[in-house]
Amino acid sequence: MGIQQLVFLVVSAAVFFIAFKKYKQIYRNIFLGKPQIISDHKNERWKNVILVAFGQKKMFKNFIPAIFHLFIYVAFLLTQIELIEILLDGILGKHRIFAEMLGGFYTFLLNSIEVLSLLALVATFVFLYRRNLLKIPRFVKSELNGWPKLDANLILIGEIFLVTGIFLMNSSDGLLQKMDTSHYPFTGDLVISSVAGSLFLSDLDINTLQMLERTGWWLHLFVVYGFILYLPYSKHFHVFLAFPNVYFSRLEPRGEMENMPAIMNEVKGMFGLPVETTQDGQGDVNMDFGAKDVFDFSWKTILDAYSCTECGRCTAVCPANLTGKKLSPRKILMDIRDRATEIGDNIDSGKKEFFSEGENTGDPEYFRKNYNDGKNLFSYISREEIHACTTCNACVEACPVLINPLEPILELRRYEILSESAGPPDWVPMFTAMENGGCVWQMPEEREKWRTEIGSPS
Amino acid sequence: MAEATAEGFVPEILFWVGCSGSFDARAQKVTKTFAELLIKCKIPFAILGNEEQCTGDPARRAGNEFVFQMLALQNIQTLNMYGVTKIVTACPHCFNTLKNEYPALGGNYEVVHHTTFLQSLFNEGKLQVKGGSFKGKKITYHDSCYLGRINGIYEAPRQLLEALEVDLIEMKRCKTNGLCCGAGGAQMFKEDEPGQKRINVERAEEIVETGAGIVAANCPFGITMVTDGMKAKDKQDDILVYDISELILQAGLEIQK
Ligand code: SF4
Ligand code: SF4
Repeated sequence: MGIQQLVFLVVSAAVFFIAFKKYKQIYRNIFLGKPQIISDHKNERWKNVILVAFGQKKMFKNFIPAIFHLFIYVAFLLTQIELIEILLDGILGKHRIFAEMLGGFYTFLLNSIEVLSLLALVATFVFLYRRNLLKIPRFVKSELNGWPKLDANLILIGEIFLVTGIFLMNSSDGLLQKMDTSHYPFTGDLVISSVAGSLFLSDLDINTLQMLERTGWWLHLFVVYGFILYLPYSKHFHVFLAFPNVYFSRLEPRGEMENMPAIMNEVKGMFGLPVETTQDGQGDVNMDFGAKDVFDFSWKTILDAYSCTECGRCTAVCPANLTGKKLSPRKILMDIRDRATEIGDNIDSGKKEFFSEGENTGDPEYFRKNYNDGKNLFSYISREEIHACTTCNACVEACPVLINPLEPILELRRYEILSESAGPPDWVPMFTAMENGGCVWQMPEEREKWRTEIGSPS
Repeated sequence: MAEATAEGFVPEILFWVGCSGSFDARAQKVTKTFAELLIKCKIPFAILGNEEQCTGDPARRAGNEFVFQMLALQNIQTLNMYGVTKIVTACPHCFNTLKNEYPALGGNYEVVHHTTFLQSLFNEGKLQVKGGSFKGKKITYHDSCYLGRINGIYEAPRQLLEALEVDLIEMKRCKTNGLCCGAGGAQMFKEDEPGQKRINVERAEEIVETGAGIVAANCPFGITMVTDGMKAKDKQDDILVYDISELILQAGLEIQK
């Protein structure tokens, strides 16, 4: 076993071990949310995955970013094939293991990767420009200050290294193929790297070229490993989560708020209406309603939060945000994610201070009941933000990965009104009027007064 | 409806008037207009009158599920008692709640927004427009969130405007991208949160940009909000806000049958 092969195996094992732990933690964090079974309408869900996730349908509402994003996305998908080859080469100590197996198709594949990598490189510079020089409103909002902005740039810089690695590897390899046919299987002429090779590398001797080829190979690998380890800390986690998130996205009519059977049954009881006993959660008067923390959301809302790309398409169309209110749907999602991460980290710290009692069973139900760090989501999200929402659904319509920012906002409102009896004071007279007079305004009972002013209907 | 039932008369549709349509002076005009159109088209209809209560939409969206359930369950009891099967309403909020939220509570009806209803009357030939007085007039159309983006109804109201032969000028933000008027989610019933601008003013500016002299709307809240926005821009005399049904009645249409 060569030294390279050994290093490869050790590094890979370490990377996958660390990544596995981190990914498992996020999986656990998502399921800190309440259980919800989503197993209906499989066909429609797969259709969404194909159109919206793979097909990027929503992205194409806005052509320029969509097309550049598409370059990076397709390049990303295609380089996975090359990555598999790199991993196999690394494990087996071979070189370009697919070259002989695939023959002419291999040439085609590498050429496609090269062209897309170049397009992705162009896209990367366009994005760096858009993010940092063009003052696009959705990229200069306060919730992006600090880490989110750095995050966006870091991944773009990583992309530059990755593409550099690919071209360095391929162009030196192309020259080496002519010098040492036994070690360097013929790949066919590659459109970009053959030009790059003859431009920049043609005078170099075989040793230097070998070194450059290895540098490119390891650079490629390290950037990929870097991504794997980095993604869980980044908005770029959406490259994985967008797919399940789209699959599990809400299919009910947009205008339907989730029913609360516990309250429905209580009111039915009040009116003496028959109550279906199959409904869960009925009669539990001490129960908190709505949501004050991540535990109170469905796991799907937390998946939403971890899938958020921080693109701000939602915020850019939010009427409240557009008119200078504090509400930004993107920030709501980011806050939920950061809060879930905070809770997850505290749980994993193993410190007793975060738990009120009992044995830590590692079970979401246990955390829900016993976790307490003196904070909740309202430590992140102010009342002013949730009060500003008009429920217009523009954010829901805009999101390219089918996140629903409105749902958590309404759940927070429910908590405020139902569990805290708080909320905007202006609403109190409205509630009273509705409860007592059946009308949003305090009005005399003359709903049909207008009737006398036209020819009377029956 | 009580009278109708007493007389043994089964109306084709129930006209759900809503709180705005019953009490708000501006929306009352729309109510009367729509009722007149129904009468002219000889569509038998009934109303619940004082037995109608708020659908509960603003309470639910404000977060007050108790109040919502109280109103919704009472309404459903009333509607089911009269055996109502088809409801028409001129309010997209009522429309949405009746259509999408009452089924989970045991209220299943065919619910139609009045623009869709008028459009079907027009298609059936029961409602005809003959060289209306709005022909060639520059008119823009405001998609309400609850009719448009939330329930996907963009075409019915536009087809009515087309039938009126108006010169429809779309705003930049229309259809799925339509901008909210600022009233939904119970915002109508509270002061705005601190900000730079009211949402209806933002919308009003966009309307002014179109150069249209009339805004066609489909929602009582929308009418209030856009009218206020026009006042804020001091354009209330130049740009008038009408419900689509009002435009139809005013256009001097011919009723057949
Ligand atoms: S639904 Fe609420 S958060 Fe979403 S865009 Fe409309 S006002 Fe903003
Ligand atoms: S919620 Fe959707 S639209 Fe909003 S920032 Fe996240 S990914 Fe973008």
